Amino acid sequence: MRLLDGAGLDSFLPDLPGCNESTQDLATQSLHSWRLAMADAEAQFGATEVLAVRGGALVFPAHLPGWVLEPQRGLSQLRQLLRARVLAAREAGEPALSVEGLLEQGRASGLTLAGYHLNPAMIAGLEGAFPANEGQRMIHLSELGGGAALWSRVEPGEDATQAAALARIIAP
Amino acid sequence: MNALANDETDERLRAILRDVLGLSAETVAAFDGDTPLFGALPELDSMAVAGLLTEIEDRFDIVIDDDDIDGEVLETYGNLLSFTVARVR
Repeated sequence: MRLLDGAGLDSFLPDLPGCNESTQDLATQSLHSWRLAMADAEAQFGATEVLAVRGGALVFPAHLPGWVLEPQRGLSQLRQLLRARVLAAREAGEPALSVEGLLEQGRASGLTLAGYHLNPAMIAGLEGAFPANEGQRMIHLSELGGGAALWSRVEPGEDATQAAALARIIAP
Repeated sequence: MNALANDETDERLRAILRDVLGLSAETVAAFDGDTPLFGALPELDSMAVAGLLTEIEDRFDIVIDDDDIDGEVLETYGNLLSFTVARVR
């Protein structure tokens, strides 16, 4: 975003309701409420283009022109969280849980995964959600200079080469 | 088992460990069959294991049955490699 600013392009990164500095309760959110919030943010700031990253492609205002970086479907994200939960339980010697069993429980009464409380609507929404594609330009990680995927890292990280390559695509 | 395919899987699996866990290329190049993983690498907690499995699925285009994952699979690099090779074939 600093690089875009340097190129004369203003940008903003909205928090999803219930995440980061949002005052909303995550437990009451769904993909639908997230989509509405992103559309609101777009209208308030008068956004003219959008960049969606990974799961962001499930909720971004898809009528805007722009880019999606390595979009991921909801089920893949959900599966990773479910797996982590199953593995953690196994490690702690708790009674055997299965990914399928957990998913069933989530559909019926919601689940807390990695500290996030997701209600049944969010679970069901993620399970069936595919990235929107309304003609935005798809960006693959391999176009960004060949580094590793920051989102598959355990700890948050930065990659100046990837950031510069991404900024060059958006503000050539 | 085809030795070449095995070598390729080995290379790709090392790259996945490097990318997912943020390890250096030197660290993953030094892995051998007996290098302990789970419990020995602080980077590898349950969230990281889940990320690792998902990345293995994505990059090798395979589906891993969660019931097949037990402590043994992640005990050493050699075990994880055999596990992956068996599913890629």
